[in-house]
Amino acid sequence: MKTRSMVLRTRGMNLLKKRGWQVALSTVMLAGLAFTAVAGWVGTPIGSRNFAIAFVWIGWFAALIILLIPIFGRGWCSICPIPMVGDWVQRGAVLEPQGRPPRGLGLRVPSLLRNMWTQNAAFALLALFSASILTSPRITAAALVGMFVLATGLSLVFENRAFCRYVCPMGGFIGLYSQVAPIELRVAAREKCTACQTKDCYNGSASGYGCPWGVFPTSLTRNNYCGLCLECLRTCPNDNLAIRVRPVAADLYVPSTRSDEAFKSLIMLGSAMVYAAVLLGPWTAFKFAAFGIGSLAWLVNAAVFLVLVLGLLPGSLWLVGRLSQRLTPSAEGTQANPSARGRSPFAAFATPLVPLGLAFWAAFSLTFFLTNGSYVLSSISDPLGLGWNLIGTAGVGWQPILAGAIAPLQTAVLVGGFIWAAGVARRVTERLQLPSLPLIGFLFLPTVVMLWLLL
Amino acid sequence: MITDRRPRFARLVSWGLITSAAAALALIPLPTVHTAPRHVTLRVEAAQFAFAPSELSVNAGDTVTLELVSTDVVHGLYVDQYDLGVEADPGQTSRLTFVADKPGSFRIRCNVACGQYHPFMIGRLTVGTPIAFWRAAGLALLALAAILLGAVRPAREAPA
Repeated sequence: MKTRSMVLRTRGMNLLKKRGWQVALSTVMLAGLAFTAVAGWVGTPIGSRNFAIAFVWIGWFAALIILLIPIFGRGWCSICPIPMVGDWVQRGAVLEPQGRPPRGLGLRVPSLLRNMWTQNAAFALLALFSASILTSPRITAAALVGMFVLATGLSLVFENRAFCRYVCPMGGFIGLYSQVAPIELRVAAREKCTACQTKDCYNGSASGYGCPWGVFPTSLTRNNYCGLCLECLRTCPNDNLAIRVRPVAADLYVPSTRSDEAFKSLIMLGSAMVYAAVLLGPWTAFKFAAFGIGSLAWLVNAAVFLVLVLGLLPGSLWLVGRLSQRLTPSAEGTQANPSARGRSPFAAFATPLVPLGLAFWAAFSLTFFLTNGSYVLSSISDPLGLGWNLIGTAGVGWQPILAGAIAPLQTAVLVGGFIWAAGVARRVTERLQLPSLPLIGFLFLPTVVMLWLLL
Repeated sequence: MITDRRPRFARLVSWGLITSAAAALALIPLPTVHTAPRHVTLRVEAAQFAFAPSELSVNAGDTVTLELVSTDVVHGLYVDQYDLGVEADPGQTSRLTFVADKPGSFRIRCNVACGQYHPFMIGRLTVGTPIAFWRAAGLALLALAAILLGAVRPAREAPA
């Protein structure tokens, strides 16, 4: 006899397997993207009054960091409108598979580019222009349209969602932090996959498309490369895939060994600190350097940023790894423990930066959202700046929300993030049989700097 | 496999101590240096998109008058958490007087949409000691000590 929870789970999975709701939601998002781009281009040039700025950078971005990623992981990617038209064109279909071969050149992404380095570069590039992107409606509109055109174009040249998997800067951000989410899409029984002859989840079938992320679901051990498109739920002939609730941050139990992922964590961590210093800090010289794109000061600012995120932080983490190896006691222990010899455990040591980085971004976003959230209300009522008052909130003046709670919330988020990261650090170092003190010390220093920057 | 072998009582005691210390750090009034209250007048020039000077400092208890002078477009000056603001038209001086009775570090920001980079036109007013930061740093240090002494440990081993 089925229990009530099993029935609910089955109903939930059956609903997820239907494609209609997902296409409908994505279409609404596509309409929202188009409207946001139009509002950014033709609406008021005053950023804080423009729908594109207020909705995307104040509302959506804060919701993404504070709620969506920590709860749903890559949930946003499953309804993101950016790759939608590219998918339609590539598949020659909007809903169910039509049995046609994929359109476009269908090339494989060159092996040199099948990693996170392009995403890392894209995010770093965005960060260099962030002051303008966050404040200029037209630049925001151009960035959104640019991403949409690039995603569509790449889907005509390469197979699957090359843009999402290898290029999208936001996808890299979401993917990294989706590892902490309490949900995952995984196979239920690996032996069924081993015995499966058709591999419909990867190749596609009449029921659904092959994984657009180019992932073979049996190999999924972490959330970051699964875009939750849900196609494998539809194609699996054995009903062997499910979305499950799991312990928070379960992906981080096994440390990463990839340096591109380590650099991603460091770029994200460093960017959050630079944003807090430049955008929310009182230092005028930093601000004008960030604002003056193309000027000498901006070039210096860009160089400092790149040295920080690509040199100083990675170099420090590498040294911390070396120090841990040096502190591993006795020659016997060294012989018994391969982690204590050879290359610095740099990539594994970047694992705790995932919860710490998420805490940094959440603390930064809290200030930005609670201080500027009232702009969202006014811009929703008058999205194009034409004097409309759609929901009666066009006249809402600027007023910080919960101003007195911002500092305690940030303290809780940052100190909590540090404790969480230190727990992950202990787990990583115990697995590698290395001392944890250097890594926990490394996590402590940027936490104090971030507290100082935000408080 | 990671296991916590300490007796339950010892764990309870250590968590009790940590929680008490954290509550003390977060809530107990910190010692402050008392100085005789003054009347301080600070002139602040506002221009797209910065205040000059951008960092202000007064003692807790001082009566502060901020003289805001705008040198280009209309600007405002709003003091976070004091919930006080003033606006100045170009070339005019506006004044805001208040008693700086909340110690800490507060952002001052333009509260009149003054152009592209308006949201980041931010300065800082420090009143006495930046208490929020020191409390937070103390909490982080306490967390560090608890972690290093083994009071906080990872709870779970990797799933099979």
